[in-house]
Amino acid sequence: MQGAVKQCITKELMLTLYGDRRAVISANDYPGLTALRDDAIRRFQELGFPTTKLEAWKHTDLKESFAKEYDVVLKADDAVDVQKVFRCNIPHLDTAIMGQLNGEYVSKDVPLMTLGNGIIMGSLAEAMKKYPALIEAHLGKYADSVTDSFTALNTAFSRDGVFIYVPDNVKSPKPVQIINVIHHDENLFLQSRNLIVLGKNSRLSLVHCDDSYNHQPSFSNVVTEIHLGEHAFMDHYKLQNLNNSSTLISSVYFQLEAAAGLESHYISLNGGLLRNNLRLRFNGPHGNANIYGIYLMDRKQHTDNQVFVDHAFPDCTSGELFKGILDEHSSAVFNGHVLVERNAVRTNAYQSNRNILLTETAKINSKPFLEIYNDDVKCSHGSTTGQLDQDAMYYLRQRGIGEESARMLLMYAYADEVIGKIAIDPLRRRVEDMVKKRLQGELQICEACVLHCNTPENPVEFTIDMTKI
Amino acid sequence: MESDPNKIIGEVTQSDYKYGFVTDIETEYAPKGLSEDTVRYISGKKNEPAFMLEYRLKAFRHWLTMKEPKWAHLEIPPIDFQDIFFYAAPKKKKEYESLDQVDPELLATFNKLGISLEEQKKLSGVAVDAVIDSVSVKTTFSDTLSKYGILFCSMSEAVQHHPELVKQYLGSVVPYTDNYYAALNSAVFSDGSFCYIPKGVRCPVELSTYFRINAANTGQFERTLIVADEGAYVSYMEGCTAPQRDENQLHAAVVEIVAMKDASVKYSTVQNWYPGDKNGKGGIYNFVTKRGICKGNNSKISWTQVETGSAVTWKYPSCILLGDNSVGEFYSVAVTNNHQQADTGTKMMHLGKNTKSTIISKGISAGKSNNSYRGLVRISKNATNSRNYSQCDSLLLGSGCGAHTWPYIQVENKSSIVEHEATTSKISEDQLFYCQQRGMNAESAIGLIVNGYAKEVLKQLPMEFAVEAQKLLSISLEGSVG
Amino acid sequence: MLLSIKNLHASINGKEILKGIDLDVNEGEVHAIMGPNGTGKSTLASVIAGRDVFEVTAGEIIYKGKNLLKLAVEERAREGIFLGFQYPVEIPGVSITNFMRTAVNEIRKYKGLDPLGGGAFLRLMEEKKKLVELTSNLANRSVNEGFSGGEKKKNEIFQMAMLEPTLAILDETDSGLDIDALRVVANGVNKLRTKGNAFMVITHYQRLLDYIVPDFVHVLFEGRIVKSGTKELALELEEKGYDWIRKEQTTDDRYQISDI
Repeated sequence: MQGAVKQCITKELMLTLYGDRRAVISANDYPGLTALRDDAIRRFQELGFPTTKLEAWKHTDLKESFAKEYDVVLKADDAVDVQKVFRCNIPHLDTAIMGQLNGEYVSKDVPLMTLGNGIIMGSLAEAMKKYPALIEAHLGKYADSVTDSFTALNTAFSRDGVFIYVPDNVKSPKPVQIINVIHHDENLFLQSRNLIVLGKNSRLSLVHCDDSYNHQPSFSNVVTEIHLGEHAFMDHYKLQNLNNSSTLISSVYFQLEAAAGLESHYISLNGGLLRNNLRLRFNGPHGNANIYGIYLMDRKQHTDNQVFVDHAFPDCTSGELFKGILDEHSSAVFNGHVLVERNAVRTNAYQSNRNILLTETAKINSKPFLEIYNDDVKCSHGSTTGQLDQDAMYYLRQRGIGEESARMLLMYAYADEVIGKIAIDPLRRRVEDMVKKRLQGELQICEACVLHCNTPENPVEFTIDMTKI
Repeated sequence: MESDPNKIIGEVTQSDYKYGFVTDIETEYAPKGLSEDTVRYISGKKNEPAFMLEYRLKAFRHWLTMKEPKWAHLEIPPIDFQDIFFYAAPKKKKEYESLDQVDPELLATFNKLGISLEEQKKLSGVAVDAVIDSVSVKTTFSDTLSKYGILFCSMSEAVQHHPELVKQYLGSVVPYTDNYYAALNSAVFSDGSFCYIPKGVRCPVELSTYFRINAANTGQFERTLIVADEGAYVSYMEGCTAPQRDENQLHAAVVEIVAMKDASVKYSTVQNWYPGDKNGKGGIYNFVTKRGICKGNNSKISWTQVETGSAVTWKYPSCILLGDNSVGEFYSVAVTNNHQQADTGTKMMHLGKNTKSTIISKGISAGKSNNSYRGLVRISKNATNSRNYSQCDSLLLGSGCGAHTWPYIQVENKSSIVEHEATTSKISEDQLFYCQQRGMNAESAIGLIVNGYAKEVLKQLPMEFAVEAQKLLSISLEGSVG
Repeated sequence: MLLSIKNLHASINGKEILKGIDLDVNEGEVHAIMGPNGTGKSTLASVIAGRDVFEVTAGEIIYKGKNLLKLAVEERAREGIFLGFQYPVEIPGVSITNFMRTAVNEIRKYKGLDPLGGGAFLRLMEEKKKLVELTSNLANRSVNEGFSGGEKKKNEIFQMAMLEPTLAILDETDSGLDIDALRVVANGVNKLRTKGNAFMVITHYQRLLDYIVPDFVHVLFEGRIVKSGTKELALELEEKGYDWIRKEQTTDDRYQISDI
């Protein structure tokens, strides 16, 4: 790493670093981008890092994450054994893999490639050089660098990440998989930026994985901007399986043009502190978005899902379903916010957050929020927290099923409502497997990561055979 | 089209405030503005013992260090606290031996409001305390009540005659440090009602207080304290109105309820302060802190509110469920029309084991109003086997209004179950059509539907109030909803 | 004797529902339990099955010579007690196939038998489906989710066929069923009747008993069995209505009081 000195992350450090290393950071910039960075760092200077005094951060305390010292990555090493690092072996999962190591795009052959059907994929830094106009039309257009300090900081510092462009009318034949791996001998602070642009009437399945390979602490501030053109459709998966010392601030900004469709799945299996900011704007009528989330936390893990859906245009439909199982000392936050603007008539919106606490020390803060400025809407939300359905427990036991098996069956069924929505079969089977393992307390880091299971040939044997027969 | 709902809603929301008259009563004021001197003046006027003055001054000094809360979904222009009379009293009050000595203008006022003290006293079996501007003018039924050992009087009298009880309970549920308006109230509260139900007594009549702001440029800061001792029961009703004035008036009340072991308190409010005119001019700023504590095991506090008035409402009647098996309830109908803004809801703090709470909130917004439900349900670590059920619905009438739902759910206990559900939608055109097809005009159809929608809450009100509340709902939405 | 209930008292939240039930059931018998609403019929079924919201305050239940009250819900089920629920619960996300396979194999394990393999289990399902005239494809549907009232009840009978209980308690299985569904349910029961098992059919109406002919009829009233007889008693009840019992009971009480 260039210029890496282990230190505590503070606002002052960030400002000094930006001042000192601006030239390195903006080396690949197209002209307008440096100005965008300068604006963003000014906003960051005004906002600073969030504290629990802010409503949006009230129940997520970054104190412990900030107490550690990190290497700040400005530019990564070049020499990486790609084959060794990326070993995705979910049986039968056929994807185009894009590797990211410690925030930087890692190319197996070329940093940026254009496929026969016109799809461009590769390094964002490389794309800035090659297609500045295309990047400029989208980069920073959807992310909020004005009120969100982590996004502002990312805009100022980020140099690289993944870029995907699907041209109009092109349907990607197989899913694209981004594997973002953190693997370093020292603590790492990194910021990467991804941009994904789907042209009109195009289609893409995207699997986005965050994994750790070791137990070293890390702090990632990742921003992803995703633009769906008119009638475009995206099937989006976020799989998070990081070690218990990691902090991940992941901000994903979606913009959906008229009649665009999105199915997004957030699957959080492991992580020290996970903060998912998902902001979605319907920028045209007749859009449709479903966002599903499942989080399974234990030990002192904390997960925080912030989901904001802006119905700015008429006739859009959105649904949110987030479910959690919290064990041991873990805690979770769900803040859903649906905004229906004045002119967004015939809006249909639904929010649901369900939680099961397994111990007396687990905690949940749930705030599903509806803000509605229009009478021609159908909106509803619900939040429940509690135990497994006691009537169902009784019913299962009356049929001779033991209490432990019954509990496992119901927990799995509970998670299945979200997992069952995964449309890529091999991925769904693997996640089902992971969740079963996770529920039985067998899942640990390294042997545990979604994509690097040591023994993929032997799927987990559940005491209850849940596979379809 | 005849039955265009927007048009109907437009028509139905245009009705006028029926309680907007001003009564010509000679009034005595404290000097305008707020300072330690104002606090001393109020305390002096009331001949208060030293502990009260001290309490007020402490509250005042604390208030100076505080800022107005900004978190609510409300737009409130800055309030000039130096341009308000903090104390206004009908001049001829003094001591009334009987109703005959009450200022006839005042009696006429109460008659106009539909609360004839005279009749109430004789017939209805409701004990009434009436607070006009800042002071309690008459409490009926005191004699009957005293037979049961029930104390029901104005707060001023309580300070004089039962200082030990006041000292023990005042500020015990809502300390003056609680929030900006509670601190202000603690410093300058003028009067209010005090009620104590002794051990094992079931209060035989409904207790009622009627609040009226009459004088101009006046803030009303009443203070209510209800203590139900072990095994006691009381049902308490509160009604409020104010004259129609162009400027905004401030109302910052505090209500405290203490329920000991096995005690049960039911508190019902029909809030109909002047909401301002069609263009949002004038109206009451209603910043109220209401909180009850279920101190003993098996106690219960139930809040029912029908909120139709005020330009701005900021109000969260809450329950601290400290005793094991205690029960908290919150039933609310909040109607906003024209330019009204309401941010209202509740807090249910589950601390004891097996505690239960129920929240039923029905918001109705029309015109250009904004209506928010904001509620906190917190289940603490020790509140094992606790249960909450919340149902918060919003009904929208017209395309210019807003309805918002902000539930805060915090659970730290695995054996408890918390359920929250909410829906937001417009009034059903199918229902409207159905009613109209059966010969109803649009206004009465809307009135009928809205009353049906609010029924779950209205049925919680004591009989005396329920009828009034139903009428009020229709009137409030007249010209917007019938 | 298969089941022997003696002086059974049970309450919920401190309120006594069963006030001294005595009942003996032998293998091969069908007992009908009748009575007006709210007299404790479903409570009796739940107490036998072991629902923990009910507290047994006095009395005993001996089943196959064992103290039934000491066994957990699932142990009772594995010992052959099956409860057909009045309101079967919906369990989203749990497919019927997995549910039944888990139940069948846990019961087999309890009996020291090897678990059924996938193929054998599927064949068993098909066989039992035919037996109870279940035509709809259950395999991938979640337990009771989105089922009509009739489908839920048929599914209960199907599960009974799968688990082959020694004592099956059917709690108002006939309520809300049209005549065709009722016939299907009754046929299922009749096909499953053997010399080795017993049925306890709880019903409000005599109608079901035209199809499932009971050996004994008991009338439950205010927590006690106040009348027992043969199938003719059910007909008499149908004719005279429950007011007959009510009147008789109150008369009896008055008689007793004046007698003292």
